[in-house]
Amino acid sequence: MMNRRDFLKIMASLGIGSALVLEGIDRIGTAADTIPGSKNLQAGHWGMVIDVSKFKTPEDIQRVAAACHKYHNVPEINDPQHEIKWIWQEDFEHTFAELESEYLSEKVKQMQFPVLCNHCENPACVRVCPTQATFKRPDGIVAMDYHRCIGCRYCMAACPYGARSFNFFDPRPYIEEINSAVPTRTKGVVEKCTFCMERLDKGQQPVCAEASGGAIIFGDLSDPDSPVRKVLRDNFFLRRKVELGTGPSVYYIIGGGGSNA
Amino acid sequence: MMYNGGKIITGLIIFALIITAPFWLNIGQADEPPEISLDTPVINQLSEKECIESAEFMRSQHPQLLNDWRDQVVREGKTVYTSSSGKEYQISLDNTCLQCHSNRSEFCDACHAYTSVDPYCWDCHGGGIAK
Repeated sequence: MMNRRDFLKIMASLGIGSALVLEGIDRIGTAADTIPGSKNLQAGHWGMVIDVSKFKTPEDIQRVAAACHKYHNVPEINDPQHEIKWIWQEDFEHTFAELESEYLSEKVKQMQFPVLCNHCENPACVRVCPTQATFKRPDGIVAMDYHRCIGCRYCMAACPYGARSFNFFDPRPYIEEINSAVPTRTKGVVEKCTFCMERLDKGQQPVCAEASGGAIIFGDLSDPDSPVRKVLRDNFFLRRKVELGTGPSVYYIIGGGGSNA
Repeated sequence: MMYNGGKIITGLIIFALIITAPFWLNIGQADEPPEISLDTPVINQLSEKECIESAEFMRSQHPQLLNDWRDQVVREGKTVYTSSSGKEYQISLDNTCLQCHSNRSEFCDACHAYTSVDPYCWDCHGGGIAK
Protein backbone atom coordinates (compact mmCIF):
# COMPACT_ATOMS: atom_id res chain seq x y z
CA MET A 1 0.00 0.00 0.00
CA MET A 2 1.17 3.52 -0.79
CA ASN A 3 1.38 5.72 2.24
CA ARG A 4 -0.11 9.16 2.40
CA ARG A 5 3.25 10.90 2.08
CA ASP A 6 4.20 9.13 -1.19
CA PHE A 7 0.75 9.74 -2.62
CA LEU A 8 1.05 13.49 -2.04
CA LYS A 9 4.54 13.55 -3.57
CA ILE A 10 3.34 11.80 -6.71
CA MET A 11 0.31 14.02 -7.08
CA ALA A 12 2.40 17.17 -6.61
CA SER A 13 4.94 16.16 -9.25
CA LEU A 14 2.13 15.22 -11.66
CA GLY A 15 0.59 18.63 -11.11
CA ILE A 16 3.83 20.50 -11.73
CA GLY A 17 4.60 18.34 -14.76
CA SER A 18 1.25 18.95 -16.41
CA ALA A 19 1.49 22.68 -15.72
CA LEU A 20 4.81 22.75 -17.57
CA VAL A 21 3.39 20.78 -20.48
CA LEU A 22 0.36 23.06 -20.74
CA GLU A 23 2.62 26.10 -20.61
CA GLY A 24 4.65 24.63 -23.47
CA ILE A 25 1.52 23.98 -25.53
CA ASP A 26 0.35 27.51 -24.84
CA ARG A 27 3.54 28.91 -26.33
CA ILE A 28 3.18 27.12 -29.65
CA GLY A 29 0.67 29.72 -30.77
CA THR A 30 3.02 32.58 -30.06
CA ALA A 31 6.22 31.14 -31.40
CA ALA A 32 7.29 34.37 -33.02
CA ASP A 33 7.50 37.93 -31.87
CA THR A 34 5.47 41.09 -32.33
CA ILE A 35 7.02 44.53 -32.17
CA PRO A 36 5.95 48.13 -32.85
CA GLY A 37 6.52 49.24 -36.43
CA SER A 38 9.67 51.17 -37.29
CA LYS A 39 7.80 53.94 -39.09
CA ASN A 40 5.17 54.58 -36.44
CA LEU A 41 4.82 58.09 -35.08
CA GLN A 42 5.19 58.27 -31.34
CA ALA A 43 4.16 60.92 -28.88
CA GLY A 44 3.79 61.50 -25.18
CA HIS A 45 0.32 62.92 -25.70
CA TRP A 46 -1.31 63.32 -29.08
CA GLY A 47 -3.34 66.49 -29.48
CA MET A 48 -5.08 68.55 -32.13
CA VAL A 49 -5.49 72.26 -32.75
CA ILE A 50 -8.38 73.37 -34.95
CA ASP A 51 -8.06 76.85 -36.44
CA VAL A 52 -11.73 77.68 -36.96
CA SER A 53 -10.95 80.88 -38.87
CA LYS A 54 -9.47 78.78 -41.66
CA PHE A 55 -12.77 77.00 -42.20
CA LYS A 56 -14.28 79.76 -44.33
CA THR A 57 -17.54 78.03 -45.15
CA PRO A 58 -19.51 75.10 -43.73
CA GLU A 59 -18.56 73.23 -46.91
CA ASP A 60 -14.93 73.24 -45.76
CA ILE A 61 -15.92 71.35 -42.61
CA GLN A 62 -18.12 69.00 -44.58
CA ARG A 63 -15.28 68.30 -47.00
CA VAL A 64 -12.97 67.32 -44.12
CA ALA A 65 -15.69 65.23 -42.47
CA ALA A 66 -16.42 63.48 -45.76
CA ALA A 67 -12.74 62.63 -46.22
CA CYS A 68 -12.61 61.14 -42.72
CA HIS A 69 -15.83 59.18 -43.11
CA LYS A 70 -14.87 57.87 -46.52
CA TYR A 71 -11.49 56.65 -45.30
CA HIS A 72 -12.86 55.01 -42.15
CA ASN A 73 -15.90 53.37 -43.75
CA VAL A 74 -18.30 55.45 -41.67
CA PRO A 75 -21.81 54.78 -43.01
CA GLU A 76 -23.96 57.62 -44.24
CA ILE A 77 -27.30 57.23 -42.49
CA ASN A 78 -29.55 60.24 -42.92
CA ASP A 79 -31.56 59.65 -39.79
CA PRO A 80 -30.50 61.61 -36.68
CA GLN A 81 -31.57 58.73 -34.43
CA HIS A 82 -29.27 56.24 -36.11
CA GLU A 83 -26.57 58.31 -37.78
CA ILE A 84 -22.88 57.53 -37.24
CA LYS A 85 -20.42 60.40 -37.04
CA TRP A 86 -16.76 60.69 -36.22
CA ILE A 87 -16.31 64.36 -37.07
CA TRP A 88 -19.14 66.77 -37.81
CA GLN A 89 -20.09 70.42 -37.49
CA GLU A 90 -21.86 72.27 -34.70
CA ASP A 91 -22.68 75.92 -34.12
CA PHE A 92 -21.21 77.98 -31.28
CA GLU A 93 -24.05 77.26 -28.89
CA HIS A 94 -23.62 73.51 -29.20
CA THR A 95 -19.85 73.58 -29.26
CA PHE A 96 -19.27 75.91 -26.33
CA ALA A 97 -22.64 75.76 -24.55
CA GLU A 98 -21.26 77.25 -21.33
CA LEU A 99 -20.09 80.39 -23.17
CA GLU A 100 -23.45 81.03 -24.77
CA SER A 101 -24.90 84.49 -24.08
CA GLU A 102 -27.84 86.47 -25.39
CA TYR A 103 -25.42 89.30 -26.25
CA LEU A 104 -23.16 87.12 -28.36
CA SER A 105 -22.35 88.77 -31.67
CA GLU A 106 -24.26 87.49 -34.65
CA LYS A 107 -20.98 86.58 -36.32
CA VAL A 108 -19.94 84.26 -33.49
CA LYS A 109 -23.44 82.81 -33.24
CA GLN A 110 -23.28 81.85 -36.89
CA MET A 111 -19.83 80.27 -36.69
CA GLN A 112 -19.55 76.59 -37.41
CA PHE A 113 -17.05 74.33 -35.63
CA PRO A 114 -15.76 70.90 -36.54
CA VAL A 115 -16.23 68.67 -33.49
CA LEU A 116 -14.97 65.18 -32.78
CA CYS A 117 -13.83 62.92 -29.95
CA ASN A 118 -11.67 65.03 -27.64
CA HIS A 119 -9.40 62.15 -26.58
CA CYS A 120 -9.66 63.34 -23.00
CA GLU A 121 -6.95 63.07 -20.43
CA ASN A 122 -9.56 61.75 -17.98
CA PRO A 123 -11.99 60.05 -20.33
CA ALA A 124 -15.37 59.39 -18.75
CA CYS A 125 -16.12 56.76 -21.40
CA VAL A 126 -13.11 54.69 -20.33
CA ARG A 127 -14.12 54.81 -16.67
CA VAL A 128 -17.60 53.45 -17.33
CA CYS A 129 -16.77 50.81 -19.95
CA PRO A 130 -17.44 47.44 -18.29
CA THR A 131 -15.28 45.43 -20.70
CA GLN A 132 -12.37 47.82 -21.25
CA ALA A 133 -13.37 47.89 -24.89
CA THR A 134 -12.54 51.56 -24.82
CA PHE A 135 -9.24 52.38 -23.23
CA LYS A 136 -6.59 55.07 -23.12
CA ARG A 137 -3.32 54.35 -24.87
CA PRO A 138 -0.06 55.57 -23.31
CA ASP A 139 0.13 58.20 -26.06
CA GLY A 140 -3.17 59.75 -24.95
CA ILE A 141 -5.41 58.32 -27.66
CA VAL A 142 -8.74 57.04 -26.39
CA ALA A 143 -9.01 53.90 -28.46
CA MET A 144 -11.79 51.43 -29.19
CA ASP A 145 -11.40 47.67 -29.31
CA TYR A 146 -14.53 46.75 -31.23
CA HIS A 147 -13.89 43.06 -30.56
CA ARG A 148 -14.67 43.63 -26.90
CA CYS A 149 -17.56 46.09 -27.24
CA ILE A 150 -20.80 44.56 -25.98
CA GLY A 151 -22.93 47.51 -27.06
CA CYS A 152 -24.06 48.58 -23.59
CA ARG A 153 -23.67 52.27 -24.56
CA TYR A 154 -22.52 53.37 -21.10
CA CYS A 155 -19.75 55.26 -22.88
CA MET A 156 -22.30 57.17 -24.94
CA ALA A 157 -24.12 58.19 -21.79
CA ALA A 158 -20.84 59.20 -20.14
CA CYS A 159 -19.33 61.20 -23.00
CA PRO A 160 -20.18 64.88 -22.50
CA TYR A 161 -19.41 65.64 -26.16
CA GLY A 162 -21.75 63.20 -27.88
CA ALA A 163 -18.74 61.94 -29.76
CA ARG A 164 -19.87 58.34 -29.89
CA SER A 165 -22.34 56.65 -32.19
CA PHE A 166 -24.02 53.29 -31.91
CA ASN A 167 -24.55 50.84 -34.75
CA PHE A 168 -28.19 49.93 -34.41
CA PHE A 169 -27.91 47.81 -37.56
CA ASP A 170 -25.32 46.50 -39.98
CA PRO A 171 -23.64 49.65 -41.34
CA ARG A 172 -22.30 48.07 -44.54
CA PRO A 173 -25.31 48.74 -46.78
CA TYR A 174 -24.88 52.45 -45.97
CA ILE A 175 -21.25 52.64 -47.04
CA GLU A 176 -21.04 53.79 -50.61
CA GLU A 177 -17.63 52.32 -51.37
CA ILE A 178 -15.81 50.23 -48.78
CA ASN A 179 -12.17 51.16 -48.22
CA SER A 180 -10.70 47.67 -48.03
CA ALA A 181 -7.65 48.85 -46.08
CA VAL A 182 -9.82 49.57 -43.06
CA PRO A 183 -12.38 47.32 -41.35
CA THR A 184 -16.00 48.38 -41.12
CA ARG A 185 -17.91 48.12 -37.86
CA THR A 186 -20.73 45.74 -37.13
CA LYS A 187 -24.20 45.85 -35.63
CA GLY A 188 -24.14 46.37 -31.88
CA VAL A 189 -20.88 48.24 -31.34
CA VAL A 190 -20.17 51.85 -30.48
CA GLU A 191 -17.74 53.74 -32.67
CA LYS A 192 -15.94 57.08 -32.70
CA CYS A 193 -12.90 58.96 -33.95
CA THR A 194 -9.63 57.11 -33.28
CA PHE A 195 -7.24 60.01 -34.00
CA CYS A 196 -6.30 57.76 -36.94
CA MET A 197 -4.16 55.56 -34.72
CA GLU A 198 -3.68 53.00 -37.49
CA ARG A 199 -2.34 55.77 -39.74
CA LEU A 200 0.00 57.08 -37.03
CA ASP A 201 1.32 53.54 -36.72
CA LYS A 202 2.23 53.74 -40.41
CA GLY A 203 3.83 57.17 -40.08
CA GLN A 204 0.91 59.11 -41.58
CA GLN A 205 -1.03 62.12 -40.29
CA PRO A 206 -4.74 61.85 -39.49
CA VAL A 207 -7.06 62.13 -42.48
CA CYS A 208 -8.77 65.30 -41.25
CA ALA A 209 -5.45 67.08 -40.67
CA GLU A 210 -4.36 66.10 -44.19
CA ALA A 211 -7.65 67.12 -45.81
CA SER A 212 -7.94 70.42 -43.93
CA GLY A 213 -5.08 72.14 -45.73
CA GLY A 214 -3.47 73.36 -42.51
CA ALA A 215 -6.63 74.29 -40.61
CA ILE A 216 -6.22 71.23 -38.38
CA ILE A 217 -2.81 70.79 -36.80
CA PHE A 218 -1.92 67.50 -35.19
CA GLY A 219 1.05 66.75 -32.98
CA ASP A 220 2.61 65.90 -29.68
CA LEU A 221 1.37 68.08 -26.82
CA SER A 222 4.16 66.83 -24.55
CA ASP A 223 6.84 68.16 -26.88
CA PRO A 224 7.39 71.94 -26.44
CA ASP A 225 8.79 72.19 -29.98
CA SER A 226 5.91 70.42 -31.70
CA PRO A 227 3.73 72.36 -34.17
CA VAL A 228 0.69 72.10 -31.89
CA ARG A 229 2.55 73.57 -28.93
CA LYS A 230 3.88 76.38 -31.11
CA VAL A 231 0.37 77.31 -32.25
CA LEU A 232 -0.97 77.12 -28.72
CA ARG A 233 1.83 79.41 -27.51
CA ASP A 234 0.96 82.04 -30.10
CA ASN A 235 -2.83 82.00 -29.86
CA PHE A 236 -5.69 82.21 -27.42
CA PHE A 237 -7.58 78.94 -27.49
CA LEU A 238 -10.72 77.27 -26.19
CA ARG A 239 -11.41 73.70 -25.25
CA ARG A 240 -14.86 72.18 -24.94
CA LYS A 241 -16.40 71.83 -21.45
CA VAL A 242 -13.09 72.04 -19.57
CA GLU A 243 -15.04 72.68 -16.37
CA LEU A 244 -15.99 68.99 -16.34
CA GLY A 245 -12.38 68.03 -15.75
CA THR A 246 -12.15 65.72 -18.73
CA GLY A 247 -9.03 67.40 -20.07
CA PRO A 248 -9.84 67.50 -23.80
CA SER A 249 -6.90 67.12 -26.20
CA VAL A 250 -8.64 69.07 -28.98
CA TYR A 251 -7.99 72.82 -28.93
CA TYR A 252 -9.89 75.51 -30.86
CA ILE A 253 -8.40 78.76 -32.10
CA ILE A 254 -11.12 81.26 -32.97
CA GLY A 255 -9.29 84.46 -33.90
CA GLY A 256 -6.97 83.38 -36.66
CA GLY A 257 -3.33 83.93 -35.78
CA GLY A 258 -3.26 87.18 -33.82
CA SER A 259 -2.98 89.39 -36.88
CA ASN A 260 -5.51 91.80 -35.36
CA ALA A 261 -3.86 94.07 -32.84
CA MET B 1 -34.94 -10.04 -10.59
CA MET B 2 -36.08 -7.50 -13.07
CA TYR B 3 -39.76 -6.80 -13.59
CA ASN B 4 -40.72 -6.28 -17.23
CA GLY B 5 -37.12 -7.03 -18.14
CA GLY B 6 -37.89 -7.75 -21.78
CA LYS B 7 -39.64 -4.43 -22.32
CA ILE B 8 -36.92 -2.48 -20.56
CA ILE B 9 -34.11 -4.05 -22.52
CA THR B 10 -35.96 -3.66 -25.82
CA GLY B 11 -36.62 -0.05 -24.91
CA LEU B 12 -32.99 0.51 -24.10
CA ILE B 13 -31.88 -1.00 -27.39
CA ILE B 14 -34.33 1.18 -29.33
CA PHE B 15 -33.15 4.21 -27.37
CA ALA B 16 -29.51 3.44 -28.13
CA LEU B 17 -30.32 2.98 -31.82
CA ILE B 18 -32.16 6.29 -32.03
CA ILE B 19 -29.41 8.17 -30.21
CA THR B 20 -26.73 6.74 -32.49
CA ALA B 21 -28.90 7.00 -35.61
CA PRO B 22 -26.87 9.89 -37.10
CA PHE B 23 -23.80 7.65 -37.10
CA TRP B 24 -25.61 4.67 -38.68
CA LEU B 25 -27.36 6.77 -41.29
CA ASN B 26 -24.19 8.54 -42.36
CA ILE B 27 -21.89 5.55 -42.48
CA GLY B 28 -19.84 5.59 -45.64
CA GLN B 29 -21.10 8.97 -46.73
CA ALA B 30 -18.27 11.20 -45.54
CA ASP B 31 -18.33 14.63 -47.10
CA GLU B 32 -15.54 15.38 -49.49
CA PRO B 33 -12.79 17.16 -47.60
CA PRO B 34 -12.69 20.80 -48.67
CA GLU B 35 -10.41 21.84 -51.46
CA ILE B 36 -8.87 25.14 -50.67
CA SER B 37 -7.70 27.28 -53.49
CA LEU B 38 -4.54 29.36 -53.59
CA ASP B 39 -5.40 30.69 -57.02
CA THR B 40 -5.48 34.45 -56.48
CA PRO B 41 -3.76 37.16 -58.52
CA VAL B 42 -1.39 38.12 -55.70
CA ILE B 43 -0.39 34.57 -54.81
CA ASN B 44 0.13 33.67 -58.47
CA GLN B 45 2.64 36.50 -58.77
CA LEU B 46 4.69 35.36 -55.78
CA SER B 47 7.98 33.77 -56.78
CA GLU B 48 8.05 31.76 -53.58
CA LYS B 49 4.61 30.68 -52.48
CA GLU B 50 4.85 30.74 -48.72
CA CYS B 51 2.65 32.15 -46.00
CA ILE B 52 4.03 33.97 -42.99
CA GLU B 53 4.59 30.62 -41.29
CA SER B 54 4.59 27.01 -42.49
CA ALA B 55 1.35 25.67 -43.94
CA GLU B 56 1.05 23.17 -41.07
CA PHE B 57 1.39 25.93 -38.51
CA MET B 58 -1.10 28.16 -40.27
CA ARG B 59 -3.57 25.31 -40.68
CA SER B 60 -3.62 24.44 -36.99
CA GLN B 61 -2.76 27.75 -35.34
CA HIS B 62 -4.27 30.55 -37.41
CA PRO B 63 -7.19 31.15 -35.04
CA GLN B 64 -4.78 31.50 -32.12
CA LEU B 65 -2.44 33.64 -34.19
CA LEU B 66 -5.23 36.00 -35.24
CA ASN B 67 -6.48 36.19 -31.68
CA ASP B 68 -3.00 37.16 -30.47
CA TRP B 69 -2.59 39.61 -33.34
CA ARG B 70 -5.75 41.51 -32.58
CA ASP B 71 -4.75 42.13 -28.98
CA GLN B 72 -1.17 42.98 -29.94
CA VAL B 73 -2.17 45.49 -32.58
CA VAL B 74 -5.29 47.00 -31.04
CA ARG B 75 -4.30 47.10 -27.41
CA GLU B 76 -0.49 47.03 -27.38
CA GLY B 77 0.23 49.01 -30.53
CA LYS B 78 2.57 46.33 -31.86
CA THR B 79 2.05 46.36 -35.59
CA VAL B 80 4.86 44.17 -36.90
CA TYR B 81 5.04 40.39 -36.71
CA THR B 82 8.42 38.71 -36.94
CA SER B 83 7.91 35.21 -38.24
CA SER B 84 9.96 32.22 -37.12
CA SER B 85 12.04 32.63 -40.29
CA GLY B 86 12.88 36.20 -39.26
CA LYS B 87 10.80 37.99 -41.89
CA GLU B 88 8.66 40.94 -40.83
CA TYR B 89 5.00 41.36 -41.69
CA GLN B 90 2.46 44.07 -40.96
CA ILE B 91 -0.11 42.75 -38.51
CA SER B 92 -3.36 43.24 -40.33
CA LEU B 93 -6.11 40.87 -41.37
CA ASP B 94 -7.28 43.24 -44.09
CA ASN B 95 -3.92 44.45 -45.36
CA THR B 96 -1.77 41.35 -44.95
CA CYS B 97 -3.81 38.12 -44.87
CA LEU B 98 -6.56 39.12 -47.24
CA GLN B 99 -4.21 40.77 -49.73
CA CYS B 100 -3.05 37.30 -50.77
CA HIS B 101 -6.09 35.30 -49.72
CA SER B 102 -8.58 37.45 -51.55
CA ASN B 103 -10.76 34.46 -52.42
CA ARG B 104 -12.80 34.16 -49.28
CA SER B 105 -15.29 31.55 -50.43
CA GLU B 106 -12.69 29.21 -51.94
CA PHE B 107 -10.12 29.62 -49.17
CA CYS B 108 -11.54 30.68 -45.80
CA ASP B 109 -15.14 29.60 -46.13
CA ALA B 110 -14.29 26.25 -47.69
CA CYS B 111 -12.83 24.91 -44.45
CA HIS B 112 -15.00 26.93 -42.10
CA ALA B 113 -18.14 25.54 -43.68
CA TYR B 114 -16.76 21.98 -43.64
CA THR B 115 -15.87 22.17 -39.95
CA SER B 116 -19.02 24.12 -39.18
CA VAL B 117 -17.33 27.10 -37.57
CA ASP B 118 -18.70 30.56 -38.06
CA PRO B 119 -16.07 33.12 -37.10
CA TYR B 120 -17.35 36.68 -36.79
CA CYS B 121 -14.22 38.22 -38.34
CA TRP B 122 -16.23 38.96 -41.47
CA ASP B 123 -18.73 41.20 -39.70
CA CYS B 124 -16.09 43.93 -39.83
CA HIS B 125 -13.09 42.65 -41.80
CA GLY B 126 -12.83 41.76 -45.43
CA GLY B 127 -15.64 44.07 -46.47
CA GLY B 128 -13.69 45.07 -49.56
CA ILE B 129 -13.22 41.59 -51.01
CA ALA B 130 -15.84 39.52 -52.72
CA LYS B 131 -17.81 37.11 -50.60
